[in-house]
Amino acid sequence: MSKKIRQLDRVVIRFAGDSGDGMQLTGDRFTSETAQLGNDISTLPNFPAEIRAPAGTLPGVSSFQVHFADYDILTPGDSPNVLVAMNPAALKANLADLPRGADIIVNTDEFSRRNLAKVGYQANPLEDDSLAGYTVHPVALTSMTVGALADHEVSKKDAERAKNMFALGLLSWMYSRPYESTLRFLERKFATRPELVGANVAAFKAGWNFGETTEDFAVRYEVKPAKMPPGTYRNITGNAALSLGLVAAGVRSELLVFLGAYPITPASDILHELSKHKRFGVLTMQAEDEIAAIGAALGASYGGALGVTTTSGPGVALKSETISLAVALELPLVIVDVQRAGPSTGMPTKTEQADLNMALFGRHGEAPVAVLAPKSPADCFYAALEAARIALTYRTPVLLLSDNYVANGSEPWLLPDVESLPDLRVDFATRPNGEDGATFLPYLRDPETLARPWAVPGTPGLEHRIGGLEKADKTGDISYDPANHDFMVRTRAARIESIPVPDLEVEDPDGDARVLVLGWGSTYGPIGAACRGLRQRGLSVAQAHLRHLAPMPANLGEILRSYERVVIPEMNLGQLAHVIRARYLVDAISYNQVHGLPFTANELETTLEEVLKNV
Amino acid sequence: MSEPVALKLTAKDFKSTQEVRWCPGCGDYAILAAVQGFMPELNIPRERIVFVSGIGCSSRFPYYMNTYGMHSIHGRAPAIATGLSTTRPDLSIWVVTGDGDALSIGGNHLIHALRRNVNLKILLFNNQIYGLTKGQYSPTSEVGKITKSTPVGSADAPFNPLSLALGAEATFVARTIDSDRKHLQSVLRAAAEHEGSAFVEIYQNCNIFNDGAFEQLKGPATRDDSLIRLEHNQPITFGRDGQFCVVHPPGGFGLEVRETAATAAEEIVVHDATITDPAYAFALSRLPDLDLRNTPIGVFRSVRRPSYDSVVQEQLDAARATVTEPREQLFAGLLHSGDTWTIS
Repeated sequence: MSKKIRQLDRVVIRFAGDSGDGMQLTGDRFTSETAQLGNDISTLPNFPAEIRAPAGTLPGVSSFQVHFADYDILTPGDSPNVLVAMNPAALKANLADLPRGADIIVNTDEFSRRNLAKVGYQANPLEDDSLAGYTVHPVALTSMTVGALADHEVSKKDAERAKNMFALGLLSWMYSRPYESTLRFLERKFATRPELVGANVAAFKAGWNFGETTEDFAVRYEVKPAKMPPGTYRNITGNAALSLGLVAAGVRSELLVFLGAYPITPASDILHELSKHKRFGVLTMQAEDEIAAIGAALGASYGGALGVTTTSGPGVALKSETISLAVALELPLVIVDVQRAGPSTGMPTKTEQADLNMALFGRHGEAPVAVLAPKSPADCFYAALEAARIALTYRTPVLLLSDNYVANGSEPWLLPDVESLPDLRVDFATRPNGEDGATFLPYLRDPETLARPWAVPGTPGLEHRIGGLEKADKTGDISYDPANHDFMVRTRAARIESIPVPDLEVEDPDGDARVLVLGWGSTYGPIGAACRGLRQRGLSVAQAHLRHLAPMPANLGEILRSYERVVIPEMNLGQLAHVIRARYLVDAISYNQVHGLPFTANELETTLEEVLKNV
Repeated sequence: MSEPVALKLTAKDFKSTQEVRWCPGCGDYAILAAVQGFMPELNIPRERIVFVSGIGCSSRFPYYMNTYGMHSIHGRAPAIATGLSTTRPDLSIWVVTGDGDALSIGGNHLIHALRRNVNLKILLFNNQIYGLTKGQYSPTSEVGKITKSTPVGSADAPFNPLSLALGAEATFVARTIDSDRKHLQSVLRAAAEHEGSAFVEIYQNCNIFNDGAFEQLKGPATRDDSLIRLEHNQPITFGRDGQFCVVHPPGGFGLEVRETAATAAEEIVVHDATITDPAYAFALSRLPDLDLRNTPIGVFRSVRRPSYDSVVQEQLDAARATVTEPREQLFAGLLHSGDTWTIS
């Protein structure tokens, strides 16, 4: 039977199931197939911190949302058009996010009385009319998968586990996705267990064929490729892009990259990724604690490597004393904070932007560092390179503020030409710099960058001592001189303040906006989507996004003062707004949300519309 | 390989221009002089020697050495030195620390550096007191120590630094004394020759806040009957007239001191620092009494185990050996790996 094909411009699908159901992998594969087709994509994984929360319970639900379209999109989508619910818990946990009319594909095998009771369903929602507003597709996913694998030499457990591939096959059919990459993936993943390759491929195909033959799915959909700049693309998560950015920094600086890290969610993936790249001269060390991780990185920088440490908020707190030492030593160091919801352990797998205050101010003494934040998963690559460039050029610690949303979310990335990446080669000190031609002055600065010479052990004639005690200007000798301390504190501040950063650009296509929305970090997508929504409805609004938070762009004050109102949406209680108000005396409106999830474009649009009405 | 060229350095070459600012009479002066006097023996150019320290009186040490040096933060020197050593195997790296720095605030980094067997020479100046903060008890002070912070006596039991290091399976463990320059230098020599972590405890007198802590081991009247000078492959006997010896009592776990006259010669333990099982060296570390009688000095343990640095270096070399193309090209390949698609 031939099915109708309907064209769509965009779709949001959410795969939801138990933590053990393989939803992240399913979503990831669907995303990869979608990327191959050339749609623009944005994804949002959402999972519990527990590795295996009790099966079938609400806290154990793991989901993966993918938004794809035939035009460029900015967010993973506010509400899914399709929910794949592998059990009653997944249905219950996600139903509230679904608009009326959405498609729900449910695994009926899991809707037993016991599983329904676990999540507090009195009656089976598939049998009463509680889902009347939706298009429900009941599919016996588990039993059909097991049935399809009857001839395969796999255990019942392995057969049942392949149900996520059945679901993937069905969805791949529904949205006409090319599946070759998934077949290749399964061959790689189960290379040592060929029987599982066969079983998972068979489950995938059974799902695909089920879609084609069953009458329940009368329509098949197509989403045409998006118009994107020519070039080669890959789908990339923020953590992967950030890791590649650090490898690139090593390639372009011709330095050894040394990562000291202690495992912490959601930053550990960077350690995992970088540990694979020794070929590029990237060394990783899993340290005994967060403090040792940054200490070892600083020691490596002292020896002439690019020292890097990666962590999340609680780890930055532990590292703060060493960051101040690095400020005093004036050595390059990159500190990556993949922010998560705090304080303390907080919600380790949920996102937040609440470490900005700590990044800007969270150290003892006057200890300024450069701070920047990527705005999207792919931007993590360039932000990491920029962090390395600043660290190496200005001999300073640089804090890179990623967050769980960009770290685990993904988007298509137009792969850069390696030759086009910045040249990061450094000039190590090789000879005495004193006027007498024999003395080495470790704190004699470059007049342009205010950076001190980087004289690494092993360089003859430049033997010198550095440390945390205050140093005399130029000589670096221990100094308690009041005027010298005042000079050094001011100089360290000036060194950061005078780092040239690009001017802030404002997006105001109508040119007559009276309200500016200012964001930083991962809120770029939702803010951009909200602004687009407003403009499509004939309203003018300007958007500007800060990538450099210390120092801030030189033209920021002028921009802020040229709008009647400035709105600052943040996933914290107003940390950037506080800085903007203090530094620029601008009465900015702070809009805050700390749900552990990114803003939806819809809620931002509503909020901004209120502001627009009142100017 | 050709013979190394003799550099003809002297102790003077290792003196920096900085004025030494320890209290007059401090044991640190003697250690500094011994180290500066020993350094030329290494025949390593000054630029390839690095001293890294934490915080405390002893940690001012790098400022006085005309080598590369870093005076870092409290307790973190082993961590910082680990990063340096791992990336720069060409350097000779010395960590100078104290009992508070290494065993209190930095205890974690110390045991992990030793466990990893990082190629560091760690000199722990143990004066059993906090000097720089003016006289609080330290993690090696005896129980009941009366100090500014413990007016009725400290309640906590001290660490035995060598037992701790051996518990972490340090591959080289030794003890020496600030005032015995010859012995101190012999231990430094053995430490310098060791591949991997070398842990050296140096009993150091703080004449301001804990004067005479090691007098039992220094005074002419008591020292000979108190000190056990360990010599590799020699029976362990000591005392003015060799009247004491060390035996391994049958059925016991540890070692004991006996009178030599009442002991059969074959029962006397012959010192062997190369025994793989750290239990023997641990037993030696437990010999001293509270009043410091029966205190062994010298090299307790010196065994071979690949250093962390060398293993990491091997992994790095092996990975790099697979590379045939320029780094830029290799990186372009990495960028384009996985599922890519092209839009024309």
